[in-house]
Amino acid sequence: MASMRDIKRRKSSVQSTQQITKAMKLVSTVKLQRAKGRAEKSKTYFNCMYETVVSMLSKAGDISHPYLKANNSTKKAVIVITGSRGLAGGYNSNIIKLVRNNDWNKDDLIIYPVGSKGRDTFARLGYEMGEDYSDAVEEPIYADAMKISSQVLDDFATGRVGEIYVVYTGFKNTVTHIPTCLKLLPIKIEDERSEDDKAVLDFEPETEDAIDLIIPKYITSLIYGAMIESVASENAARMQAMDNATNNADEIISSLSLLYNRARQSAITQELTEIIAGAQAIS
Amino acid sequence: MAEKFKLTIVTPDREFFNEEADMVEFNTTEGEIGVYAGHAPLTVIVKPGILTITQGDTVRNAALHAGFVQILPQEITILAEIIEWPGEIDEERAEAARQRAEGRLAERSGIDVARAEAALMRSIARINAAKMK
Repeated sequence: MASMRDIKRRKSSVQSTQQITKAMKLVSTVKLQRAKGRAEKSKTYFNCMYETVVSMLSKAGDISHPYLKANNSTKKAVIVITGSRGLAGGYNSNIIKLVRNNDWNKDDLIIYPVGSKGRDTFARLGYEMGEDYSDAVEEPIYADAMKISSQVLDDFATGRVGEIYVVYTGFKNTVTHIPTCLKLLPIKIEDERSEDDKAVLDFEPETEDAIDLIIPKYITSLIYGAMIESVASENAARMQAMDNATNNADEIISSLSLLYNRARQSAITQELTEIIAGAQAIS
Repeated sequence: MAEKFKLTIVTPDREFFNEEADMVEFNTTEGEIGVYAGHAPLTVIVKPGILTITQGDTVRNAALHAGFVQILPQEITILAEIIEWPGEIDEERAEAARQRAEGRLAERSGIDVARAEAALMRSIARINAAKMK
């Protein structure tokens, strides 16, 4: 049996780890609340944006616009949104797994990492890397999304890439996060034409020009939405992971306490036996 | 006075404005327009400029930089990428940005002209809006 001192040392080490995980849990709870608030606030914007784009495309009919059909490049741009820190359970590895287990050919991909965990992993695995936007992931602001979208749209326009995807973690609620792969370009025109009166919208300038101007905004808002949801998911995932760690530490501490008490008792018993044996030897 | 319409201005970060209004004016790619209730359905793209909201006797201004507007007879939705009330504008910074953009346009060498022009228009819109405080 381990000595009393060893057990005591181990217990106090677990205790201080537990304090850290507890603090991290509190921090990510607060961050989660804020990220959730932001995600909810931006919902109106995205819903309006989505409605407009759908009605615009349904009205535009069969027009051939560069944004609506693939160009000749077989390359695929993949914007991978991960965290910049670990200790968030499966949050980062789920995203990486989703990219690697897709049916994509590794050589066709250009990774645009947002978040250094994804960047480091894909660089190590030898993927072709595009621009790095890892700074954006801490507090995503709309300007970051604009930078990313103008970069990928540029690459699309020049034929460097033929398709654009974003891989992020969708935030459903605090315990459910879904790693999601979303195709940004070329946009598929939905066949279902909306029945409501919004479908009769007119555009100024002409529809083709409007597509030129509105699609980049649409892409930007999708990227921004993906970043916001990912941040919320990351904090929720970390909160859960840290909650589990704290509970596990509790378990370990209680079993160590038991061990310690047993060791203490047996040490006392042994001492007593020795004293009694000594006393009997003298008398 | 004509009937009112519902004016909603949303940005990615917040709901900027959501009230009834009599008239709203702003700058679009096709020129400045003013919209009353009962306008034909239309979607227009915003150019940097001043947004003016008229509610009875009160008139409010804001600097609107990018986005697009969905006009329906009884409801107008402005999806703004960037919009600011005059009180939120840092006038000195806008002035500095204006000078920087003008300097770049004057040189015209190795720069993105369209971007510099857009920056100039944004800064001018900010300065004008800030003066209307």
